[in-house]
Amino acid sequence: MMETPKTDEKQEIHPMENLLRMDRMPHIWCPTCGIGLAVTAFTAALEKANIDPNTVSIVSGIGCTGRVAGYVKLDSFHTTHGRPIAFATGIKVASPKTKVVVFSGDGDLMAIGGNHFIHAARRNIDMLVVCVNNFIYAMTGGQVAPTTPLAAYATTSPYGCVEPPFNIPYLAESSGAVYVARWTTLHIRRLTNSLTEALQKTGFSVVEAISPCGMYYSRINRLGDGLDMMRFYHDNVEIRHGEDTKNLDIGFQTKIICGKFVDRERPSYNERYNQWLSEVKTAGRHSKGQKGSKK
Amino acid sequence: MKADPRGVLTGVYYIDGDVAAGYGALAAGCKFVAGYPITPSTEAFEAICHRGPQVGAVFIQMEDELGSISAIIGATWSGVKTMTITSGPGYSLMQECIGFGAMLETPFVLLNIQRGGPSTGVPTKTGQADMMQSRWGSHGDYELIAIAPESPQEMFDYTIKAFNLAEKYRCPIMIMSDECVGHMTEKVVIPEADKIEVEPRRLYTGPAEDYLPFKPEPDLVPKMAKAGDGLKLYITGQTHDERGYPVKDAEYKSKYGRRLVDKIRLNKDKIIELKEEGTDNADVIVVSYGISSRVAIKGVELAREKGIKVGTLRLVTVWPFPDEKMSELAKKAKAFVVPEINYGQVVYDVARCAHGRANVVLVPHGGAGVHNPNDIADAIEMAAKEDKKIEGLIEFKTRLEKSVFEGGFKLKE
Repeated sequence: MMETPKTDEKQEIHPMENLLRMDRMPHIWCPTCGIGLAVTAFTAALEKANIDPNTVSIVSGIGCTGRVAGYVKLDSFHTTHGRPIAFATGIKVASPKTKVVVFSGDGDLMAIGGNHFIHAARRNIDMLVVCVNNFIYAMTGGQVAPTTPLAAYATTSPYGCVEPPFNIPYLAESSGAVYVARWTTLHIRRLTNSLTEALQKTGFSVVEAISPCGMYYSRINRLGDGLDMMRFYHDNVEIRHGEDTKNLDIGFQTKIICGKFVDRERPSYNERYNQWLSEVKTAGRHSKGQKGSKK
Repeated sequence: MKADPRGVLTGVYYIDGDVAAGYGALAAGCKFVAGYPITPSTEAFEAICHRGPQVGAVFIQMEDELGSISAIIGATWSGVKTMTITSGPGYSLMQECIGFGAMLETPFVLLNIQRGGPSTGVPTKTGQADMMQSRWGSHGDYELIAIAPESPQEMFDYTIKAFNLAEKYRCPIMIMSDECVGHMTEKVVIPEADKIEVEPRRLYTGPAEDYLPFKPEPDLVPKMAKAGDGLKLYITGQTHDERGYPVKDAEYKSKYGRRLVDKIRLNKDKIIELKEEGTDNADVIVVSYGISSRVAIKGVELAREKGIKVGTLRLVTVWPFPDEKMSELAKKAKAFVVPEINYGQVVYDVARCAHGRANVVLVPHGGAGVHNPNDIADAIEMAAKEDKKIEGLIEFKTRLEKSVFEGGFKLKE
C-alpha cells in the first residue's frame, strides 16, 4: 500500500469520497469511457435523493459496468453474469427495507440476464436498474451485443451486426416498469435528475445511460475516441420527454432520443405481498394447497 | 439455540419426503425460499408455499433455476436463512451459482431430489447420478457438504441439520435426496420446538470499520454479516482477500483460495456422519447412501441368511468423503459392495480409499427404479467367495442388465 505523503496543506478530496471506495482507485475503466460519469451521476443522485447510504445495496453483474458495485462504498455485490436482478430480487423480497440498486451493462442485463429483467419488471420489484449501454461487450474485447445497432461492427460481427437491437425503454415499459428514462453520459445533470427521481420512486425503475466505449465500439467502427462520441451525442441527441417508447430504436450513428418516457404508478411486489399476507393472517385468504395430513 | 416455535409444525404426520423436507426447512428457521417447479421436487416447494406465509417465511417462484439460486444468495446476504429446491436439469442450471455461493461463503441449503438423467432423462423416476456433480459440478476448487437422507423422517431431520451445517461452515449444503425418498410417504414425527437444536447465524458484532468479511476464525470459518448494517460489504465472485477485494496473483490465489477447501477438509471429522453396523468381523461391507441404503438392508439380510458375514456402512453425509474410515475398513474386510443408482460414482471414492487392499464391487443401476435386493445379496456372496485381490472395479451383472443385454428384453422378470 502506498504511504500518504505527509503535508500540512489541506488535501483536496473528491466530492464523492464518502460514497466511493478510494482504496480501490485507480479504477479499471479505459480513458474516455463513460461508466465513471454514470457512477458520478448515481452518487450525486444518492445524495440529492437524501437516501441513507447504509440502507442501500448495490448489485452488479459481470462486465465493465459490472465493476461499479466494487467502487461504490455501499453494501456492494458483484454477482454472476446476468444474475444481478435475480440476486437483487432476493434482497428486496427478503429485506423490504433495503434500497436496492442494480448497476450493470447492456450485455449483462439484456442478453444473459434478459429474462430476469422482464420478470422483475412484471413483478414490479422495487429497485432501480441503471443500465449502462455502450452497444458492445467491452470487457471481453468488443463482441456484438443485443444492443449493437444494425450494421455496426464488432469482433463477432466483423461484417456488420446482422441482428436488430433491443429498444431498452420499450422493453422495460411493456414488461411493467414504472419509471423509464434514457440519457447519454454527456447529459450528466439530466441523468442525475432522472436517477434521483428513480431512486425516490417505488417500483421497478429503469434508467438507460448510453456511454461511449472509446476502446472497442468506437475503434472498430471508426468513430474516433470517447470524446468524439460525446460530440456525436451533443449533435445527435434529441430530448423528447414522454415520447412513445416504440419510437426509441437506435440505429448506427442515427439520432438518439433521450428523455423521461414513463413515470406511472403500479403496486410494487412488496406492497402486493404485504396486502396479501395481511389477508392470510386475518384468514381472509385461504390456501388451496393441502399438503400432508396429520395422523 | 432452540428452534423458533413459529416454524415448527409439531405433530405426527403421514407425508412424503418432499413435504417433510419443506417442513424441516421451516423448522430450521428458513425465512426465504426461491424455486422453480421441477419434477420430482415440486411438492417440497408447494409445501413451503402453503405453510410458509403462515409461519413468517417468504417464497417466490422465480423465472428459472438460475434466478432461484441467485435470489436465495441475495436473500442470505440480507440476513435470512434460505433454501432452493430442484432436480435434474434445474440442478445443472444452478451449478454456476453453487460455486458462486461457495466463493462468497454463503450459507444456504439446496434440496436436490435426484431423478433419472442425463438431460430430461426420466423425470418422474429415481436416480442417484448427480452425486459427482454435487461435488465437482461448478468450475474451480471448492468443497461442499452433501447429505443423503433415506426416509421422510430423515428428510425432516437432515434438512434441519443441513441448515445448521450451512451456518457453521458458511457454505452451501446439498441435500442429495432422490425421487424415491421424495415421493415416499411415511410417518414423520415433528417434535416440539424446544427439542430442535438450530444453529444461529454467526454474525459479526464488532465495530464496522474493523469488519473483514473473509477473515477466518480459528475454525477457518469467517463471521457472517448482512447488508444494511453499515458495514459497507464488498462481496464479489472474484477471488478476494479478507476485505473481499479482488486479487489475481498466484500468491493471493493460493492464500485466499485454499481456505475454501480447507475449511471443509480440516473440519471433516466434525462434519461427517456415518451409520455403521456389523463391520467389526465382516468379510464384506456394503457401502451405500440414500434410497440404496434402504434397499440394501434386504440384500444384507438375504446374504446373512446364507451365513455370510456382512457389515454395512451408510454414508449419511456423502461429501466430504470419509477417507480415513474407508481406509481403515479396507484393512479389515475382504471387499466392499457399493450399490448406487448410477454406473459408478461414489464407488470410485470407495476404490480410491480401498487402495487395492479390499476388492470393490459396484452394483450399478441405470435409474428409473431401485436395485433388486437379490442382486445386492448375490454381489455380497460373490465378493465373499472371491479370495483373489482384483485390481480395479468389479462390476456386478445385475438381473436387470442381464435381462436387457443377454436374455432378451423383458419388462418384468
